[in-house]
Amino acid sequence: MIALLWRDLRLATRTGGGLGLGVAFFLILCTLVPFGIGPDRAALAPVAPGILWVGALLACLLSLDRIFALDHEDGSLDLLATAPLPLEGTVAVKALAHWITTGLPLILAAPLFGVLLQLPVQAMPWLVASLLIGTPALSMLGAFGAAITVGLRRGGMLLSLLVLPLYIPTLIFGAEITRRGAEGAATGTPLLFLAGITMAVLALIPFAAAAALRVNLR
Amino acid sequence: MSIWEYANPTKFMRTTNGALPWLVGAAAVCCVGGVVWGFLTPDDFRQGSTVKIVFLHVPAAMMAINIWVMMLVASLIWIIRRHHVSALAAKAAAPVGAVMTLIALATGAIWGQPMWGTWWEWDPRLTSFLILFLFYLGYIALWSAVEDPDSAADLTGVLCLVGSVFALLSRYAVLFWNQGLHQGASLSVQSGERMSAVYRYPLYLAMLGFFLLFLALLLIRTRTEIRKRRLAALQAREMRA
Amino acid sequence: MIELGKYAGTVLLAYGVSLALIGGLIWQTVAANARARRNLEEHEKNG
Repeated sequence: MIALLWRDLRLATRTGGGLGLGVAFFLILCTLVPFGIGPDRAALAPVAPGILWVGALLACLLSLDRIFALDHEDGSLDLLATAPLPLEGTVAVKALAHWITTGLPLILAAPLFGVLLQLPVQAMPWLVASLLIGTPALSMLGAFGAAITVGLRRGGMLLSLLVLPLYIPTLIFGAEITRRGAEGAATGTPLLFLAGITMAVLALIPFAAAAALRVNLR
Repeated sequence: MSIWEYANPTKFMRTTNGALPWLVGAAAVCCVGGVVWGFLTPDDFRQGSTVKIVFLHVPAAMMAINIWVMMLVASLIWIIRRHHVSALAAKAAAPVGAVMTLIALATGAIWGQPMWGTWWEWDPRLTSFLILFLFYLGYIALWSAVEDPDSAADLTGVLCLVGSVFALLSRYAVLFWNQGLHQGASLSVQSGERMSAVYRYPLYLAMLGFFLLFLALLLIRTRTEIRKRRLAALQAREMRA
Repeated sequence: MIELGKYAGTVLLAYGVSLALIGGLIWQTVAANARARRNLEEHEKNG
């Protein structure tokens, strides 16, 4: 399992474009939004939590099809399916690799970009916390979507259509945590819900994703 | 691709062939009866004549949810028992469900306009229906995207399962989301109190009508899917021969 | 028409949209069915 993880991480960092693309997109988005809304602090600060979370979400989406596509194309996915490691484990490892290469950079970059969007400083730790807890779910759900659409031509748009509605609960609670953090209000409830969602997703979705992979590898 | 040689679809076609005319007739009677009767009901003192919209909105909303549940059950039957008719029935039901959801959304928004003063309000119920609509779209899109019919049935089945869990989860997340932000009560389009009998009975008839309409459309659409599959199987067999 | 009062436009719009959507759905359902049946019969005739 560790070997697979290292392999995926090395692949992502080597073939240029995988790493950094998500953060770059995130940056561009956070730069674009003020152009659309206006530079006024009073207008940006309230929507900053939501924009940051939606931005992180969309940036995650960008690299989802790479989770399985490359391996599917050169046949290594078939090999992985017959390997002693259960397919559910493979899915989990690949989702973890996606999170490390896409989610983690986003989490680190988010407070900086929050500054661009006039996010109050007291919200920063909550932003990071909510992203830390929420992005693993995004990666795992993304892996599920990738498993369903692997091998489809023009699967990218379909992937977004399938995965984004699944992101809604995580988005709602994640943004709410950040917003409450900005106001200094209690964040316990949404934090619990977010953690619950992520844990359930991490525990159960690998089975659904593996099932989808088996169908596509037939 | 599997061959068209099981009794199930044939029996299905034969049974529905006989039942369909009666079903269509009953659906027409109940739908027209319920809607017209509803249209003739007196105005509500609070909502004026807009209360008439309930005879479309409520049946459509009910069907939107029930059809998704039916798709879930049909998907499970396919996954567990591999009955092709079940998979095709789920595929056939989806567009009907999507249209019902759309009607619920449109009538909800239109009804809301004089009540709320805006064409759209992120009311928890309407929002949940919007999310449901997205799930329907994804499901329908996946069926069209996958070429192999059995793989398509499997993948859409898994999607339906996961989607059902998340649709339920979203319902509660949206409730949290809306109550968290707007303290004021959102005007619910369906009053909680017991509806007076004047409205209740036409509503029941309309709901029955919509249900029968769905049943009729489902059977016709499933027959279409079975015929398309049969044609594809015959053509594939000829190409191999 | 029954007196719809000031909400006449609203009610008619709601009914119009709903009936149009249902009508479209019914039409597409029946047309697709007829087409599939026709194609199948043609193929069975030629085959």
